[in-house]
Amino acid sequence: MDSITVLMTSPMSDYLENQLKDRFNLVKLWTYSSKTDFFKHNSHSIRAIVGNTKIGADAELIDSLPELEIVSSYSVGLDKIDLRKCQEKGIRVTNTPDVLTDDVADVAMGLMLAVVRRVCECDRFVRRGLWPKGDFRLTNKFSGMQVGIVGLGRIGSAIAKRAEAFGCPISYYSRSEKPETNYKYFSNIIDLAVNCQILVVACALTEETHHIVNREVIDALGPEGILINIGRGSHIDEPELVSALLEGRLGGAGLDVYENEPEVPEQLFGLENVVLMPHVGSDTVETTDAMADLVIKNLEAHFLKKPLLTPVV
Amino acid sequence: MAHGIIYNHLDLPQVLVVRPPDSFSLYQSQYSHKFHFLKAWESPVPLDQFLSTNARNVQALLSCGRFPINVDLLRLLPSLRLVVTPSAGLNHIDLSECHSRGVAVANAGSVACCDVADLAVGLFIDVLRKISAADRYVMQGLWASKTSYPLGSKLKGKRIGIVGLGSIGQEVAKRLEAFGCSISYNSRNQKKSFSYPFYSNVVELSANSDALVICCGLSDQTHRLINKEVLLALGKEGVLINVGRGAIIDEKEMVQCLVQGDIGGAGLDVFENEPNVPKELFALDNVVLSPHRGAFTPETLTSMREIAVGNLEAFFSNKPLLSQVIDD
Repeated sequence: MDSITVLMTSPMSDYLENQLKDRFNLVKLWTYSSKTDFFKHNSHSIRAIVGNTKIGADAELIDSLPELEIVSSYSVGLDKIDLRKCQEKGIRVTNTPDVLTDDVADVAMGLMLAVVRRVCECDRFVRRGLWPKGDFRLTNKFSGMQVGIVGLGRIGSAIAKRAEAFGCPISYYSRSEKPETNYKYFSNIIDLAVNCQILVVACALTEETHHIVNREVIDALGPEGILINIGRGSHIDEPELVSALLEGRLGGAGLDVYENEPEVPEQLFGLENVVLMPHVGSDTVETTDAMADLVIKNLEAHFLKKPLLTPVV
Repeated sequence: MAHGIIYNHLDLPQVLVVRPPDSFSLYQSQYSHKFHFLKAWESPVPLDQFLSTNARNVQALLSCGRFPINVDLLRLLPSLRLVVTPSAGLNHIDLSECHSRGVAVANAGSVACCDVADLAVGLFIDVLRKISAADRYVMQGLWASKTSYPLGSKLKGKRIGIVGLGSIGQEVAKRLEAFGCSISYNSRNQKKSFSYPFYSNVVELSANSDALVICCGLSDQTHRLINKEVLLALGKEGVLINVGRGAIIDEKEMVQCLVQGDIGGAGLDVFENEPNVPKELFALDNVVLSPHRGAFTPETLTSMREIAVGNLEAFFSNKPLLSQVIDD
């Protein structure tokens, strides 16, 4: 298949890059200094795009590649792909669900514990040599805290299962109620926020969920409430979040995603009730390899005219 | 609590307090109508003098959780029948000396087990997924300038070796099972009610684990239980979590193993010589350090206070103690 040209949009995985190089004619978007240069050399040969959460396949890119047949995303999130355009043009789209569910859920739990029990702040306290001067203060009990999940999909359900082991009552807001679970359903996010102590954003980013956590939701969560985001930065109105934290209107936050990555609001640095991670929810050795393998398997299946493993479109 | 009534403290049962436990002011404000607290630390005279003058008839002692209750102290308390410690830990109490003198010991039972287990799991996730290190990385402004951040390690499928399957170890096991980890353990005795694989030898447990979580108490048997052999068996990818007591681990060996990369990482809430922490650990990104906060939530401190007082009340009304420590 090395006559088939595949475009990789950004450096996402050395392992994936090598696998693609071995099997296909690999073109790397970031090695071109200008768009015109890139399109001049490649627009008629590219038959597949491998995108990620930074650069996917927007309308402009899709329109400029007339031979494009498939977009295989190195992510489960599809917000960087113009799905409607792909559908119109008969372009297939695949993502990497399931293989990253556990890792992302683990980070959500890790962020909850880190914020509530001040794990990172305590680590800083010790490293700064402050312990001999006096004990760190008390931190809140985590077990039994009410956890509210926005989006009870694969990742949301995995978070619920973990939190239950800590005796946390689970409630959720989702597009549809899931009667097969025992969790308490709320038909809107405000009611969910009012009735939980930790609000976790675990849904997909769509037009409907853009800024789903706004000022009103943050106020409903309140000065004792904690917000955890392992979805997409744009789920939360970030300036509202920052001012709520600075003014003490929100009790704490654990964030893995931001509206304008890799920029992180510097006003959050050094707040003891905030924990910041650089979008690493699925970044383990095991999972990144599994995601890469899934991307490759989908591409191979497509070009061998076999059924796709994890098609979205 | 009633106001405007002055209790004649001579009618109240005496409870000796050598050093005050955490939030002792709350014991005072809530229970001074039930007990007369004999506050040894407030006296200007040396302890042994204070005790011979004031404590000859004292039957109960409320420990602060740290000051040693040993033969030197017990010798000065001829009427002592009960030691109550608000901690779960008992390593500050000479249990066999108490036993031979007919002094019963009551501790906090399992009130702290969830909080300590939560911290153990929090430390474990932090080490594997590099949460504190990531937080530092972001705040140093490194995300924009670097293309990649070191990958973490998946929790699901990891083999956890729990050292001490008491109330804390059981809560740790329950939590980590929900993350898809598998559980094995070493304990003084096999626990037939649990189906987790039991290893009678901690080196063997370590060799068959990706992580060791130390949840046992400190005793003569567990002092330096986690030694060089155990650490090397854990291996270069292995992770060590300690929420028990610092002296269960040979700290010098552990530090050397971490610095040399003979073990993969550690999450530590306790140390041999608190509040001193080996400075070599400060330079390591694969280590998460916590200043002995496992049980320190307001809810657990309240429960510890309540159970300590409950034990004192039971004793003075000739009822069975709530959480007597049975030496086995």
